[in-house]
Amino acid sequence: MSMALSSPLMADVGPSATARPLVVVSQLEKTFEIRPVLRQVSFALPAGETLALLGPNGAGKTTLLRVLATLVRPTAGEVWVAGLEATRDAHEIRRMIGYVGHQPGVYEDLTVRENLRFFARLYGLREGRALADELVERVGLRAKANERVRALSRGQTQRLALARGVMHDPTLLLLDEPDTGLDEEAGALLTALLRERAAAGKTTIFTTHQLARGLSLAGRALVLVGGRVVHDGLTQATSADQVRGLYRRETGRPV
Amino acid sequence: MHTVDRDLVSSRAPSARSRAPTTRGTLLGRYGELALAGATALVMLLAIGMAFFYAPTEAVQGNVQRIEYIHVPIAWTAFLAFFIVFVASALYLWRKDERWDWLARSGAEIGTIFTTLALITGSLWGRPVWGAWWAWDARMTTTLILWFIYVGYLLLRSYTGHSAAGARAAAVLGIVGFVDVPIDYLSVTWWRTLHPALQLPLGQQAQAPASVVVTLMVALAAFTLLFGYLLLLVYRLQRLQSEALRLRARAELDG
Amino acid sequence: MSSTRLFWEQTLAILWKDVRCELRTRQIWLAMGMFALLTLVVFNFAFDLRVDNQTAVAPGALWIAFVFASTLGLGRTMAAEQEQGAMDRLLLCPVDRKAIFAAKLLGNLVFIGAVEVVAVPVFAAIYNVPVVTFAALPILALGTLGIASLGTLFAAITANTRAREVLLPILVFPLLVPVVIGAVKATQGVIDPAGGEPPWLGLIAAFDVIFLSIAAVTFRYVIEE
Repeated sequence: MSMALSSPLMADVGPSATARPLVVVSQLEKTFEIRPVLRQVSFALPAGETLALLGPNGAGKTTLLRVLATLVRPTAGEVWVAGLEATRDAHEIRRMIGYVGHQPGVYEDLTVRENLRFFARLYGLREGRALADELVERVGLRAKANERVRALSRGQTQRLALARGVMHDPTLLLLDEPDTGLDEEAGALLTALLRERAAAGKTTIFTTHQLARGLSLAGRALVLVGGRVVHDGLTQATSADQVRGLYRRETGRPV
Repeated sequence: MHTVDRDLVSSRAPSARSRAPTTRGTLLGRYGELALAGATALVMLLAIGMAFFYAPTEAVQGNVQRIEYIHVPIAWTAFLAFFIVFVASALYLWRKDERWDWLARSGAEIGTIFTTLALITGSLWGRPVWGAWWAWDARMTTTLILWFIYVGYLLLRSYTGHSAAGARAAAVLGIVGFVDVPIDYLSVTWWRTLHPALQLPLGQQAQAPASVVVTLMVALAAFTLLFGYLLLLVYRLQRLQSEALRLRARAELDG
Repeated sequence: MSSTRLFWEQTLAILWKDVRCELRTRQIWLAMGMFALLTLVVFNFAFDLRVDNQTAVAPGALWIAFVFASTLGLGRTMAAEQEQGAMDRLLLCPVDRKAIFAAKLLGNLVFIGAVEVVAVPVFAAIYNVPVVTFAALPILALGTLGIASLGTLFAAITANTRAREVLLPILVFPLLVPVVIGAVKATQGVIDPAGGEPPWLGLIAAFDVIFLSIAAVTFRYVIEE
C-alpha cells in the first residue's frame, strides 16, 4: 500500500482530498482474448466523492466498472479498493461494493420481494423480510411488490436493481448507465439516491451518456476514450462541450 | 484541471507491463532441438533394428509378438502425454500463464494421435491372439476410455476457440480426466475378473529373456524421445498461432 | 453470522431460488422422468429380456436410463444463470464459489432424486425385479451423487458453448464409467446376491469423495475469471 501513497497520482487528487483515497487504479490494462480494452488507466478517487465516468461507446467504461466490481481480472496493473487488492481480497471487497450493470441483475421468475430477500440472504443481512419491505417502500414499488419481475416495466425493474445495489449499504456504489430507460419518477429517485450518498460521505461511480446531467450530479469527472484516460478533474471545471470536444479529438469523429 | 498528455502515455511500450509472455526463443534453443531430433532418429532406428533382428521370436505367438515393441511404448507415451496435460492444466489454473495452456493443448493433440495408434496396434496384435478385432481386455478398454476423454478435450477446445474461459474449462477437464483414468482401470479390471477372458499377453516380462526386456526398454526410450520432439514442435505451433492472432488484433486496432 | 453458517445460508438461498424458478417455468423434470421410463420400456424390447438373463441386463437398463435422463436435465440449473446477464449477479456478491457449486449440486440431486423415486418402483414392477429394498438405497444415493458431481461441473463447463446439449454427454460419459460399472454391479448384487464380488459400493463411495472434492475446488475456475 505504500506504493499507492507515494505514487504521483496523489498529486492529481483534488484539493478536497485529505485521507487515503478509497479507490486507487494503477496502470490498469485489460485485454479480452486479443483485443485491448483498457490501456494504462490510472486514477485515484477519495472517499465520499461522486465520480462521473464518461466516454463514447466502446471506450472501456463498462469494463472499468466491472474490474472495480471484481467481476473481471486485470491483465496487468493493480486495483485497490479501501486498501484491499482486487485480485487477492476480492471476497472482502464484494462486501462493501454495490454494482448495477447494464443487465438489471434480478431474477425474472421471482417476485420483487423474493428477489430482495434472496440477495439479502446472500449478503448475510439479518431481518431480510423487514429489509425487503423497507427497500420496496423506498423505491416506490409497494404496489408491485408481489409481482414477478417479468411483469414489470423497464423503469420498475431498474428501480428494483437499484434497491438490490444499495441494500447492504455499500461503501462504493458502481452504476453502469443507470439513467437509460428510466421514467421520470425513477430518474428522480436516482438523483435523490446520488445526493443522499454524497451527503452521507459514501462513494459512487456512475457512467452516463447524458453529459450535462452527469456533470451536474458528480463532483469529479473521468473521461475515457479508446481505453485511455484523457481527462481527470473536478466537474466544476469541466463542461459538457469540453467533454464532447475530447471525444471528437480523440476518436476523430463527431459523437 | 488536469488532462493526461496522450503522447506521453502512448510512448511507453504497450505490452511491457502486460503479463503475456514474450516470445523470444524456443523451449530448447535451436541446437537443443536439433540434438533432440537427432537422438530421436538414432534411438528409433536402433529400436527398429533390435525389434526385428535382435529380439527372439516368441514361442507361442510367433513373429506377431513383435508388434508389442510398438504397442507398449505407444500406449505408455499416450498415458505420459495425459500426465503432461494434467500437470500443465493444473499449473495453468494456478498461475494463469498461457504458456501452460499451450503445453496442455500440445500434449492433448499428440496424446490423441498416440492413443489412436495404441488402439490400432493393440487391435492388430489382438486379432491373431484373441481371434477377434476387439475383446474387452482391461488395459485396452481403459485406453479406449482415455481416447474418448482426449477427443472430448479436443472437441471442447474447438468449440471454445482461443478464449481464456475455454482454456480454463479445458484445464479442468484435463485434471478431472487424469484422475479418472486410474479409477477407470480399477473398475474395468474388477469387472473383467469375473469374465477372465482374453487379455493381451503383456504380462510375460517376468519370464521373458533379457533380450526382450532390453528391446522393450530401447523402444520405450525411442518413443518417449519422439514424443518429446513432437511436443516441442506442436508447442511452437501454438505459440506462433497465439502470436499471429495478437499481431493481427493490434494491426486492426492501430491501422 | 459465522462463516460456516453463512456458507450454508447462501447455499440454501441459491438452492431455494433455483427450485422456485424452475418450478415456475419450464418443467423439464417432468419430461426427464418420462424419458427415463420410456428408456426402460424400450430396453425391454431391445434386449428381449427373459427370466434367466434379467438379473444381468435389467440393472444396466436402469442405470442407463438414469444417466441419460440426468444428462438431459443437468444443463437446466446452469442455464438458469446463463440467460440474461450470466452469473454476474451471483458472482459480485460475497458468496463462496463452493457454495454456488453446492447449491447447483443439491438442486440437481433433488431433481434427479425425484425422477428416481418414480422410476425405481416402475422398474421393479415392469422387470419384475426385487429392487425396492433398503439395500438398494445406498447404491442409488452414491451412484446418483457421482453422476451429479461431475454432471454439475461439466454442465457449467459446457453452458456457454455452442453444442452444449451434446457436448455434455460426450465429456461426462467416459468419466462416469466407474460409477456405471459399480452401480450396475452393486444393483445386481442386491437382486441376486452372489459371493466373491469386489467392493463395488466402496468404489463408488471413493469415486464420489474424490470427484466431489475436485469439482468443488475447480468450479470457480469455470464460472469466473
